[in-house]
Amino acid sequence: MSVGKVGITGIVAGALAFWLTLPPLATSVVALPVLLGLLAVGCGGWAMAREQKRLGWYAVVAGVLGAALGVLAVHAGRGNLGAAVVWSALIASMLVNATPLTYAAIGGLFSERSGVVNIGLEGMMLTGAFFGIWGSDVTGSWVLGLLIAITFGGLVALVYAFFAIHLRTDQIIGGTAINFLALGVTGYLFVDIYGTVGTPPLRAAQQIPDVTISQSSNFFAQAFGQLNLMVWLSFAVLAVTYVVVFRTPLGLRIRSVGEHPRAADAVGISVYKTRYAAVVLSGMLSAMGGAYLSIGFVHSFNENMTEGRGFIALAALIFGRWRPVGAFGAALLFGFSSALAQRLGTIPNWSSYAVLFQALPYVLTLIAVAGVIGRSIPPASVGRAYAKQ
Amino acid sequence: MAEQDDAPTVAGRLALAQRAGGAAGPVLTAVFALLLGGFVVLATGANPLSTYRAIFDGSGLNWLFPWVSGSARSFAATNLQQTLLLTTALVLCGLAVSVGFRCGLFNIGGQGQYIVGSIFALWIGSSFVTMNGPLHVVLAIAAATLTGAAYAGIAGLLKAITGAHEVISTIMLNWIAVWVGSWLVGQGGALQSHANGASVPISSAVAPATHLHVFWGNPVLQGLDVGFFFALAALVVYAVLLNRTTLGFELRAVGFNPEAARYAGIAVARTYVKTMAIAGAFAGLAGAIDVLGWEFQLGVTDIQTSQIGFIAIAVAVLGRNRALGVFFSALLFGALLTGTSTRNLDATVFRPDLAGNLTLIIQGLVVLFVGADVLMLWLWNRRRRLRVAT
Repeated sequence: MSVGKVGITGIVAGALAFWLTLPPLATSVVALPVLLGLLAVGCGGWAMAREQKRLGWYAVVAGVLGAALGVLAVHAGRGNLGAAVVWSALIASMLVNATPLTYAAIGGLFSERSGVVNIGLEGMMLTGAFFGIWGSDVTGSWVLGLLIAITFGGLVALVYAFFAIHLRTDQIIGGTAINFLALGVTGYLFVDIYGTVGTPPLRAAQQIPDVTISQSSNFFAQAFGQLNLMVWLSFAVLAVTYVVVFRTPLGLRIRSVGEHPRAADAVGISVYKTRYAAVVLSGMLSAMGGAYLSIGFVHSFNENMTEGRGFIALAALIFGRWRPVGAFGAALLFGFSSALAQRLGTIPNWSSYAVLFQALPYVLTLIAVAGVIGRSIPPASVGRAYAKQ
Repeated sequence: MAEQDDAPTVAGRLALAQRAGGAAGPVLTAVFALLLGGFVVLATGANPLSTYRAIFDGSGLNWLFPWVSGSARSFAATNLQQTLLLTTALVLCGLAVSVGFRCGLFNIGGQGQYIVGSIFALWIGSSFVTMNGPLHVVLAIAAATLTGAAYAGIAGLLKAITGAHEVISTIMLNWIAVWVGSWLVGQGGALQSHANGASVPISSAVAPATHLHVFWGNPVLQGLDVGFFFALAALVVYAVLLNRTTLGFELRAVGFNPEAARYAGIAVARTYVKTMAIAGAFAGLAGAIDVLGWEFQLGVTDIQTSQIGFIAIAVAVLGRNRALGVFFSALLFGALLTGTSTRNLDATVFRPDLAGNLTLIIQGLVVLFVGADVLMLWLWNRRRRLRVAT
């Protein structure tokens, strides 16, 4: 057995440690998750010692988390868990939670691959959330609402791009400014237009519709039968992004501008134009994630409704090592942890731990950037303004 | 290195901007942002001049005018105490961001360090209730300062050892602090108050003996506590540390050019860790002073909606990372926040719920424009060229 396979075995063992304690199996033997967790840590250690550092660390982390969660789950009792852990509902909820992150993370991917750090994802998302519902309310159609959200997300990103690219403002400072501005402007408009009563209830035509495939009670129908259109669209956006970034000349241009702008400039690629396009696209995509929140999922808006989702998206992008599939996987993982937190919150005495679960994405990302799980290496010129010569 | 001139460090850029106009740049930026904010007010149909007048009065700064007398004066005093309470926290958190900038580090984690500090002050302050008062206060403040330093030190260590970018790690640490803090004071958390059958997600209050002395105003109505002097002292410490000590010299050298500093024999990695620890100490101290000075207990919403550490970024950027600059910009933002609060703004002039967002917009504009040093350099050079022409 190769070293890699041992590492993967470790990860699987760690996941199993938790899974076995959950319905339908719901074992009540505490030793089982503990042993599996130890096995995972062992495999991880072995793999790490043999030049498979990243896999090894994944296995160690999976083992520790799996064993800890498994032991907690055993203590929670079968009845409580049965009510809380319904896999089909968890998967559906994971996708719901992951979708806004996916859009914003892919947006961030375009921007950062072109060499522009985008801390402003949060603000662009919030802009999309507000203008989505405002547009939908004014025009009476979710399609126009979504388009208006995308337009304004793009405009905010254009402002940011102008400062970050032309004026060579520090990109982190610029992004921070965008977050403040978006928070202030959406809050101001929201209070000014909708006052204390909040956004009006949306008619069916003003909401992004669900795609109903099946309403039967089997597992797949429960998990995937009734998902929002934006969830499916996010899969398509993901596929297109992968192809564009890694399989087309355009993607090569974006990446080369992010890695070595001067070389790109020398071969005739316009660094400024490419970066402008990438940043504006990132604003549009983030706004789609925001609009999904307001008119696809919650059906209302309140001040600061994105509540840091833009930052989780940024974390997903980094955790996914600036790759579309990696970022999507991280978004799913973070979405799953939110979904699980929401379900666990329903178990008596567990609600406090559910709050702790919210910190998980950030802890994982911190571990990832720390380099213990194979370093996340950003594009070489990300965050550096380019001065044309 | 050809890359170097495309991408000077943050500190290098700031030095450039400093040369481009000294205090003129920040002052003009603030005026410009307030002007744009005025147009926003105008668009809502209110009078910008009277709105700003009302915000000014709401902030209590009219207390400085000797002709304000009678009940208006005592009213202004109460408002000014509020403003200065906020200024205290903003000065300290602003210094936490500034000291990072001077070393070329972007400490976006002031918020997390502030939360960690306030949680530890809360923990020490609400337990050991039999302890001698002054010792208790010192212990709470020291614990908050040290844990703030340690928490920020994580980001410094990661940067020093693995090269992990401090912006990313401090953002992550912010949110970890928010959620762990929410857990601690929330339902079923270790610091949750047991009053009312432990049904409210709010912490126990710190012991009355740990309350900081209120030297101006009514202690029951959040008068100004001695924490304000801590902030003033911190400004002096900051200025002396940076300009008169070896550590400060090394810190600034690393900020200007880490490579050159390394060649000069400065331990760059160690300087990063020290700088982050100093930053965290300032922010942790701010958390302790707020908890012991006027908050006394923390609820989940307090932790989740607090913005001090983020506003501090605007404070540092506008103050050009200078002690004096940080003080005045902290005062500006403290006044704006107090002046636009629901309690202090005259609702007949402008809606306070809108005004809070107006503050955010002004804050965003300030950060956006003050960072655009190229724009300012261009304007500055323009001015010089015009002068030569005439």
